[in-house]
Order: sequence, then C-alpha cells, then structure tokens
Amino acid sequence: MAIFIQLLIGLVFGLGLVVAGMSNPAKVLNFLDFAAIPAGTWDGSLAFVLMGAIAVTFVGYRWVLKQSRPLFGTGFHVPTSRQINARILIGPAIFGIGWGLAGFCPGPAFTALASGKPAAFSFVGSMLVGMLAARWLSSRESVGTLSAHTP
Amino acid sequence: MTVTSFTPYASLLGGALLGLAAVALMAVTGRIAGVSGIAVRLFPPYEDNQLPGRLAFVAGLVAAPLLWSIVTGRAPAQSIDANGIVLVVAGLLVGFGSVWGNGCTSGHGVCGLSRLSTRSLVATGAFMLTGSVTVFIARHLI
Repeated sequence: MAIFIQLLIGLVFGLGLVVAGMSNPAKVLNFLDFAAIPAGTWDGSLAFVLMGAIAVTFVGYRWVLKQSRPLFGTGFHVPTSRQINARILIGPAIFGIGWGLAGFCPGPAFTALASGKPAAFSFVGSMLVGMLAARWLSSRESVGTLSAHTP
Repeated sequence: MTVTSFTPYASLLGGALLGLAAVALMAVTGRIAGVSGIAVRLFPPYEDNQLPGRLAFVAGLVAAPLLWSIVTGRAPAQSIDANGIVLVVAGLLVGFGSVWGNGCTSGHGVCGLSRLSTRSLVATGAFMLTGSVTVFIARHLI
C-alpha cells in the first residue's frame, strides 16, 4: 500500500513538472537567461512554479509535522544540519552549472526518459554516475575526517 | 535557442502539484521529496529499507508524461537544445553537485525553502547564480 501511494506521489510530482513546463529544458534555460529581459525572450514562468510549490509545501508541512508520525513509518526524517560550510555552496554551485548547460535538474531529467529520446538517457546515465561519484567521495572524506579526529 | 511562452497560471498550478506531492510524501513516509536524494539511494550501499518506495516514486516520475500524453492526446512540450557531449558533462555536474550539496531544485528549492532552512536558501542562491551565469556565458559570450 505504502509503495502504491509513493507511485501515485511520484506521478503527481511528475505531472506537476509537466503542467508547470519545467519538464521542458528550453523553458528552464529561458528562465535562467536574465540577460534576455530587454529583448523580451525571458520566460519568467519558473518563478511561479517555485511560488506555487513553496506556498503549498509551507502550509502543508506545518500541518504534517505537527502529527505524531507519518502514515507509514515511525518518525519524520527532516534534515537537522544548520551548518553553512563550503560544501553547501560548492555542491549547488556545481549543480547550477550543469543545470544551466542542459536545462535539466534531476526531477525533469527522469520525466524526460518517457520521451524515449537518447539525449534524455545519456543525461540521466551521466547524472547517476555523478551522483554515485559524489557519494563515494563523500564517504571517503567522512572516513578521513573521523580518523583525523581519532587520538 | 527555442523561444517559450510565459505561462504564469499553468506554472503556478504545476508548482502547487509539486507542493502537494512534497507534502504527501512527508505525510506518508516522513521524508523530504528531494529527487537527487531519492535517486542516489536507488543504489547500494543501502542505509534503510525504503528502496521499493523510492523506486515507485521514480517510476511515477517517468510515467507522468505518458499519462499526460494519454489524457491530452499530445506529448508534453520538450526541446533539448544541448547536444551529445554537453549533455554528458551537464549530467555529471548535475549529479555530482546535487549529491555533494545534499539537494537539488526539489530538496533545497521547494522543501528546504518551505522549512525556512538557511542552508537551503544558500544552496538555492548558489545554483540560481551559477545556472544563470552559465546560460549568460553560453548564450551571450560564446
């Protein structure tokens, strides 16, 4: 049951990306192209995607996180780190460069697979390689940090 | 470049659906709807037993445009202007950066900002900045 519900949630999320136009890389790149504002080809739609999403999530989270536990599960897994370090700047900065090159972030990249286009598969394939590389490097680094602090 | 039209209402509605999904996932599983975090956890080593749910979520993402095509009778608009090698480099950067920074547009941009997380605000500012600078360089300087 929980798995079926998560399939439906993924479906709603994917439909949200399609309805919003975010599944179209051209629309994403036209949003990021602020220099095109004078020429009139800037597409500000993505600001509305973010506004719609945050409005619903902000209100919804307040209600959900007041509950004692999720429907399936023992507790809520909400990130607790508040540390502003180099990583929280460097990771997203690298992500942004890739986002600006192709117009795909992870969600829309997965929805693009449905088109069957080879371009979507090569993007998702290399994205997964990048993800696993980051996790591997991250695990090595945390091992290094641990041993560095071991007396 | 492909010119796209300004769609404030559809985008607001689509955004609301993303929010609905994020809230539902938190209510059902108690987890953040961050696509990069979900995607990287599809692969071993596994730290919990949530793999089937994550696979189902990603399957839903992939199936969504198919459902859209069936209902509306046409495929969603999608133009990929980047070519072979650029796509691969972009994919590597998106994958690496999103996991290195603990989130992407969904985890930081939607869920994190909605929780008023300072880390997510910093992250969102960073990827918006480098994303727009990259587009500026690619479209107006090169």
